[in-house]
Amino acid sequence: MCDTCGCNITHGNENFIKPGGKLHKTESGKEAITVLHSLLSENDHTAKHNRDHFDQHQVLSINLMSSPGAGKTALLEATIQQLDKDIKIAVIEGDLETENDAERIRQHGVEAIQISTGSACHLDAHMIHQALHSLDLSKFDIIFIENVGNLVCPASFDLGQHLNVTLLSVPEGDDKPAKYPVMFRKSDLVVISKSDLLPILDDFKPERATRYLHDIASTAPILQLSSKNNQGMPEWLDWINQQILSRKEHLLQHPVATQHHNHGNEHKHEHHHG
Amino acid sequence: MHELAICQSLISQVESIALEHHAKSISLIVIGIGPLSGVEAQLLKNAYPIASAGSVAENTELVIEYLPIKVKCNKCGCESDALPNKLICKQCGDWQTSLVSGDELLLMSVELEKDDIHKDSSTETSIH
Repeated sequence: MCDTCGCNITHGNENFIKPGGKLHKTESGKEAITVLHSLLSENDHTAKHNRDHFDQHQVLSINLMSSPGAGKTALLEATIQQLDKDIKIAVIEGDLETENDAERIRQHGVEAIQISTGSACHLDAHMIHQALHSLDLSKFDIIFIENVGNLVCPASFDLGQHLNVTLLSVPEGDDKPAKYPVMFRKSDLVVISKSDLLPILDDFKPERATRYLHDIASTAPILQLSSKNNQGMPEWLDWINQQILSRKEHLLQHPVATQHHNHGNEHKHEHHHG
Repeated sequence: MHELAICQSLISQVESIALEHHAKSISLIVIGIGPLSGVEAQLLKNAYPIASAGSVAENTELVIEYLPIKVKCNKCGCESDALPNKLICKQCGDWQTSLVSGDELLLMSVELEKDDIHKDSSTETSIH
């Protein structure tokens, strides 16, 4: 999308609307409407709304994505235990069924909202918006969204997060970035999780994972991390602290509107704040 | 399969457009998909009859334009075609490139059939 005016005309599609282009002609008796809006504009609108909520409360939001079982919840548990206690955390958990992950988080004394998606393979901005109604954002500094374990679908849906972190666990193999480029290209940080298994599963070559990430033009830092033996945890915590500071600096330079809600024209829903 | 959710979003958008333009039906929907959008065109086509059933876009022809991946090299400035998992510069081989196009997921245009009483209204093409 164009950053200046928000239109969706790119080098890839501009030829369609130029005179003589496929979308320029109108058959007689019919009306052709050129739209060029994202197919997910409703979701994107709500995502922006969520981001405004986070920004108004100076809360950093991080979307954690990975395959099922890559260690997202374990990473969150280790983070809760080791992050500076002055930094207040809440977690939004997405799974098809069960409250298991939210329960694990709550056992550490941290507020967790479980979203059960039923058969949906991803979280979307509307689900996060609903979850935010149950969270008092003024109490928190950082919200982790643990997306549904899936390397495909979550990549297409903006939730209103500030940052995407994708976990690539050692047992999965080092070529996942080449197989799932859409998700890995959107990552602001790639965590090679379960790094304690590297000596055993030695066919996973971190340098090969790095090469595959470079092949998809990813400039995201890559961190080897084990929630089990704590390798990489100090660097992970440093990265989080740095991101909280960067977000605060960004908000100082680009203050958000102070009203609680900044509703656009198309935005119609009822809010029930507790 | 997130394509069904995306298809439902598409139907909701074209329904609004049809209502806004007093159309009685939609004869054609053109969408544009880049390979890096994360959406599979065939799955979207399969989901379309389910998502559109009972809507103003039921039985509408769905045309999918495939938009190419293009990257621009941050080093040499060259613009080149690329593959989804090989977004490197074709000219100098550097990996630090920026995506120019290829991640689009766009409703590009719709063709409306209008009620007789609204046929005189503007047929101006609007770009938002």
